[in-house]
Amino acid sequence: MIDRDQVLHVARLARLRLTDEEVDRMAGELSSILDHVERIEELDLEGVPATTHVIEVGNALRADEPRPSLPRDVVLAAAPATQDGGFLVPSPQAG
Amino acid sequence: MSSLTDLSAAAAAAAVNSGEIDAGELFEAYRERAAADDLNAFLWVAESPASPSDGPLGGVPLAVKDLFCTEGVPSQSGSKILEGYRPPYTATVVEQLARAGAPLLGKTNQDEFAMGSSNENSAFGPVLNPWDRSRVPGGSSGGSAAAVAAGLAPWALGTDTGGSIRQPAALCGIVGLKPTYGSVSRYGMIAFASSLDQAGPFGRDVTDVALLYRHMTGAPDPLDSTSVGHQHEIALPTAERLDGIRLGVPEELSGEGIEEGVLARFRETLALAESLGATVQPCRLPHAPHALSAYYLLAPAEASSNLARYDGVRYGLRKTDPAQPDDLLSMYTSTRHDGFGDEVKRRILIGTYALSSGYYDAYYGRAQQVRTKISEDFAAAFADVDLIVTPTTPSVAFELGAKTADPLEMYLNDFCTVPMSLAGIPALSIPCGLSEGLPVGLQLCGPAFSESRMLDAAYALEQAIGFQRTIPEAS
Amino acid sequence: MTEFEPVIGLEIHVQLNTRTKMFCGCELSFGEEPNTRCCPTCLGLPGALPVVNAGAIHRGLMIGLALETELARRSVFHRKNYFYPDSPKAYQISQFDEPLCGPGRLGEVRIHRVHLEEDAAKLIHVGASGRIDGSDASIVDFNRCGTPLVEIVTEPDLRSAEQAREWLTLLRVTLRRLGVSDVNMDEGSLRCDANISLRPVGSTELGTKTELKNMNSFRFLERGVNAEIARQREILAAGEAVVQETLHFDPRTERITSLRSKEEAHDYRYFPEPDLVPVAISAEMLAAAKAAMPELPAARAERLETLGLSADSARLLAFRPELGDRFEEALASGDASPELAQPLANWLSNEDGAADAAPAALAAIVAMVEDKTVTRDAGREVLSRVVADGGDPRAIVEAEGLGAVGGDDELGPHVDAALAANPDVAEKLRGGDMKPVGVIVGHVMRETRGRADGGEVTRLVRQKLGL
Ligand SMILES: [Mg+2]
Ligand SMILES: [Zn+2]
Repeated sequence: MIDRDQVLHVARLARLRLTDEEVDRMAGELSSILDHVERIEELDLEGVPATTHVIEVGNALRADEPRPSLPRDVVLAAAPATQDGGFLVPSPQAG
Repeated sequence: MSSLTDLSAAAAAAAVNSGEIDAGELFEAYRERAAADDLNAFLWVAESPASPSDGPLGGVPLAVKDLFCTEGVPSQSGSKILEGYRPPYTATVVEQLARAGAPLLGKTNQDEFAMGSSNENSAFGPVLNPWDRSRVPGGSSGGSAAAVAAGLAPWALGTDTGGSIRQPAALCGIVGLKPTYGSVSRYGMIAFASSLDQAGPFGRDVTDVALLYRHMTGAPDPLDSTSVGHQHEIALPTAERLDGIRLGVPEELSGEGIEEGVLARFRETLALAESLGATVQPCRLPHAPHALSAYYLLAPAEASSNLARYDGVRYGLRKTDPAQPDDLLSMYTSTRHDGFGDEVKRRILIGTYALSSGYYDAYYGRAQQVRTKISEDFAAAFADVDLIVTPTTPSVAFELGAKTADPLEMYLNDFCTVPMSLAGIPALSIPCGLSEGLPVGLQLCGPAFSESRMLDAAYALEQAIGFQRTIPEAS
Repeated sequence: MTEFEPVIGLEIHVQLNTRTKMFCGCELSFGEEPNTRCCPTCLGLPGALPVVNAGAIHRGLMIGLALETELARRSVFHRKNYFYPDSPKAYQISQFDEPLCGPGRLGEVRIHRVHLEEDAAKLIHVGASGRIDGSDASIVDFNRCGTPLVEIVTEPDLRSAEQAREWLTLLRVTLRRLGVSDVNMDEGSLRCDANISLRPVGSTELGTKTELKNMNSFRFLERGVNAEIARQREILAAGEAVVQETLHFDPRTERITSLRSKEEAHDYRYFPEPDLVPVAISAEMLAAAKAAMPELPAARAERLETLGLSADSARLLAFRPELGDRFEEALASGDASPELAQPLANWLSNEDGAADAAPAALAAIVAMVEDKTVTRDAGREVLSRVVADGGDPRAIVEAEGLGAVGGDDELGPHVDAALAANPDVAEKLRGGDMKPVGVIVGHVMRETRGRADGGEVTRLVRQKLGL
């Protein structure tokens, strides 16, 4: 079960605005999904290691050698807003 | 003479390389078909080949799922938040195939960020199943599967996180391979769930799939830390029989919840396998029924983090709240509200919840433990059998809109395909007949890096099944 | 009234001086034009992936060795999720429960852990005035984004702001000696946060701590920590409780303000980075790090003390490796003897130009001064000539006649002449009033062009006048 407040809390963490209608709907849908996935609680997993990487890979290190960077016009090409060679954003210090 | 587009990809490549047909004409023939696409399978079609046709793949053009980054070409992962985005670089696997002689034909439609099993979650509209246009092609790589099934492309690239190649291949009556995790570079693939995402080929037959896959893998990609490649070159399949091959049938994935018509084709195919010399025996995957639960915690958790970068700062959609246009927080939340579709939002919320303080151990941590148990189940099973076979999907292609109201019901489509994804092992789907006039898929899977053996067995079965790819003409 | 004792731990971020960034091949930036050192990976473009820079692991291991930490055999990267315009992926790749280095120690302070992570982009606040439409905005420059960082976390073993500053100095010279970072606080290659709490003297329990962020100079560190200690002391003295929070010290106003925003507490949702595989520290990697280790300042200071230096001189030379190196070269030259160690150290730390002279020449000059072949002033003159034009100090002394006029035979006649030339002064001196002896010394100095030793002249005056 996940209630409205929890949906709102998680949406805040995820920087996701939800309309009131969406909050209600999500609370219902997520609850039924969680009811299903919570069935793994039945399993006895005492002492079972967690799998993060399913295929064992040895060290994947990169030599400290430069590769070309992108030209600045390419870097900024898809930006919604730019100024002075940088990405323009509303100030995080504002408000 | 039959049309150029009737040739299998492997046959076309051979014909180009022997000088029988012209690569430019071949490209143009497919380009015309792709441009006339009425399945909504393509989101973008090339004007002309952008890479040379010399190379073992002979200029046979390639349809590529939208989520592979292609320099200067729209790469949107089926999402409004990336609408019109043209990346400054190309995914390793697409580049590798271009070098081998497969030029980009077009970008194919998909469920948004590869989240879905019906292609109805695309921001650019659903893809129609060429077998029945009122039905879904499966997903998330539905555009690629439909394009190959309808002959709009000779072959295609897809990605499979929990079944996104195998399931649409089954529903569209073609062959689709999800390779061993790490055997194909993920560099340049717009991520859904990093520890599960894997690129793979679609083809009309097993030989085409083997040929394309051969050139997708190889050496590890230095740009992808998790890539391992393949130690041996992928063999083109030749087997006619299955003598000595032990096929395991897991009861957990071949009974309850699976449509009768699908089960019937499955049983017939097992009988056919026995007639080719295989032994068919039951096997156990005791944790498989919990795979879906683990998957729907792990994949959303990773997705919630992978999709956090879509914030309206560097690329893609930016929305501001007209009431407070200078507010950063509302720019983030408006951009993400307007840019993501419902399914993506659901998974971001579940994933964020599963990782959040106080819930990690019960959800994410526990799901990772289930993952371990599932890998152990497969390892134990492969001690007694060479390959495991299951139906690929619980049902044939369903009607558009049939499952959109109930996310959980949609998730159950991945019931048979998700365990292999969690274990990182290779699995493929081949058509094994029709039910209600619609294709049924057979899934084969083997231990990690057993693709050559698996493809060989699939080839023998394919010859014996003799599946007719004839799609009823659109009315 | 209860006496309180401060308990301080530090969290230090150090930019490593690799050629390329932590997870991509972009070169590190030193004031280039904004957004010219970026690629798909460090811009967080869709589909781009990180790959760990071996050079950063190597430097991390060297730091781990220098801080006597337990080096992990296997080290894992995690994602630390948070939204901010300086974080292109909206997560920082950092380390969580399997850091590169476990517990260790530097000097009197225990190290809790050392881990690797990536730096954020730079935000340039342009404010409303910098904008045509008058909106409040920032510009993001991703050049710095992805620069390798080492985070060093200490145990709360420091007891005063002064001690914190001293210890951070030791850490800085240690890292500088390792050659792994520029460790420059002004330029941000060394950044320090402090965790501060107070407890009643004699108590072993920890009080509620606050975290003081980003003090960007040694002076501000000391001032900031002192200000926070004072603030907490006041709260506790009033019988109130310290609130656990993150604080910002403003060096201009010396005020401390809370960084806590209206938003919910951070929930970083750490989880293992699926795009990277664990780093296994191989025997070769460890051997390479060990082979690259220089003698560290603390060890060098100890060794220099055994050469006869005072503790202060030993620390000074050890903490300024370039001076220490000069010192050791000078001491090893033909002109030097063990007794010359302290004088050499004094010259190096006090005399302009001493560090610029060839070490052997410096040793020769100091040796001549010490055996009174030349006066200290003459020694300084020789030093400045050697620094300007090079040459052999002894030859310069010879050629310029700078040798000291010493001994009763040489100096005696000069003293006699001076007394004779100043009969009234001589009279006063005879009467026991030594005040005007300077006139005689001055006279002799003039006559000998500074090559006499003032002390010697005074001694001879006394002798000759039978005082
Ligand atoms: Mg840090
Ligand atoms: Zn970069």
